[in-house]
Amino acid sequence: MGRRVAITGAGTVNALALDVQGSLAALTAGRVAIGPMDFEEIDRLSVKIGGQIKDWVPEDRFTRQEVTLYDRAVQFAVEAGRQAIAEAGLELSEAEALRAGVVLGTGGGGYNTIDESYRAVHAQGKNRVHPFTIPKLMHNAAAAHLAMRHGLKGPSFTVSTACASSNHAMGLAFQMVRSGATDVMLAGGAESTLCFGGLKAWEGLRVMSPDGCRPFCASRNGMVQGEGAAVFVFEDWDRAVARGVPILAEVAGFAMTSDAGDIVLPDPDGATRAMQGALADADLTPEAIGYINAHGTGTAANDRSEAEAIRRVFDAPPPVSATKSMHGHLLGAAGAVELLSVISALRDGVIPPTAGWREEDPAVLGLDVVPNEARRAQVDAALTNAFAFGGMNACLALKRAG
Amino acid sequence: MDGNFLTLEDGLQRKVVAILAAQALREPSGLTLEMTLESLGIDSLGMAEIIFAIEEDFDVQVPFNANDPDAAGLDLGTVGSVCAAVSRLVREQRG
Repeated sequence: MGRRVAITGAGTVNALALDVQGSLAALTAGRVAIGPMDFEEIDRLSVKIGGQIKDWVPEDRFTRQEVTLYDRAVQFAVEAGRQAIAEAGLELSEAEALRAGVVLGTGGGGYNTIDESYRAVHAQGKNRVHPFTIPKLMHNAAAAHLAMRHGLKGPSFTVSTACASSNHAMGLAFQMVRSGATDVMLAGGAESTLCFGGLKAWEGLRVMSPDGCRPFCASRNGMVQGEGAAVFVFEDWDRAVARGVPILAEVAGFAMTSDAGDIVLPDPDGATRAMQGALADADLTPEAIGYINAHGTGTAANDRSEAEAIRRVFDAPPPVSATKSMHGHLLGAAGAVELLSVISALRDGVIPPTAGWREEDPAVLGLDVVPNEARRAQVDAALTNAFAFGGMNACLALKRAG
Repeated sequence: MDGNFLTLEDGLQRKVVAILAAQALREPSGLTLEMTLESLGIDSLGMAEIIFAIEEDFDVQVPFNANDPDAAGLDLGTVGSVCAAVSRLVREQRG
């Protein structure tokens, strides 16, 4: 099987809060951070709400050189990574640094940088863009800057599988530590697509809600986008125990599947096999699972398909909540930010709710979706789902530390 | 050389020195024409930013290729040589 994998540090910035403690407090309070957004040309968009991070002043956090080199998504990742490493108390010798790396997910990479550059050359008629445009917008920029800042010299790369990106990233990091390929990995995701071009493109798909994200509710009318990052320290269990640091949770299993069907419509078969695969990989039975953090986007297609898949895997499904209702859909960073809710359930015994829920929907097949109020429960093991456009599914199984 | 030309060159030099000083994180008064860009700690990304700033501020094209820095006959080695190069580009491209 391989080594056990501990999570020893967590960091995040998202619309709920700019740290883990604040995010957990908001998640368990059922606070919704979705609201009116503010950016250039938003008046030309039909959907004007999102989980936008407010009060983010790059100049207060980074040097002038860093501000010119870091896309907004990179800034989020760098801050989340800093928090995670600080919590883990990670100090690596030169030899240890060779066996430590980074794997992050992102759907859009430097979307704001792309948007600004296109505006400059197309709309404003300029003939040149900033010389750092490429190193700013490339998908692997965030992982690279984390490796550079923390001297992590082992494997570092970026995974881009749309809305499953960070679950794939964390799953790969888990496999690398478990197999002994590395001892420590920073894992998670970062996303910042809340700009005119980013949302204009989404408008065309007609899947966005004009008034809020209400997964598993009969009144649902689409997804709402968010932005931010979450980064975790995944570490060989024995190494973490030897260091004597608190373990937030154990990553126990991972599976990825493909629907191989439709480029946007989900198929419950792929989701079912992802959950079953994660359970098998973690050597857990369905009965052991006390919580599922759903992909739960608030689209009719996802709600139906995910509910059907959960029913196929579980004779008696555990509580399921969709926390995108609070922080929005962070696309390539979604799974990473949602892992915070899993940690809340496992470590703190508090399941964050599905916020914004109003009325029962037969399509949800009677699942307990933890409507609007957090719930105390002892959760020994949990699943967290991410199902991407492209029919790419990634499910992680986690266990309470101990 | 008439007075206007001197003033023009003077202003050009001040602007170039300000661009280089900003990249080197120093005060413009701390730079001399003899200093090399290398001694100012300007790396390849810094060079890209300097060229960008020169093109924006002086409305010129700087025919610089980092793979072949000497190809265009531009000497960008020292503060003074950058000033001379910008002066030449401005004369050539803006008549």
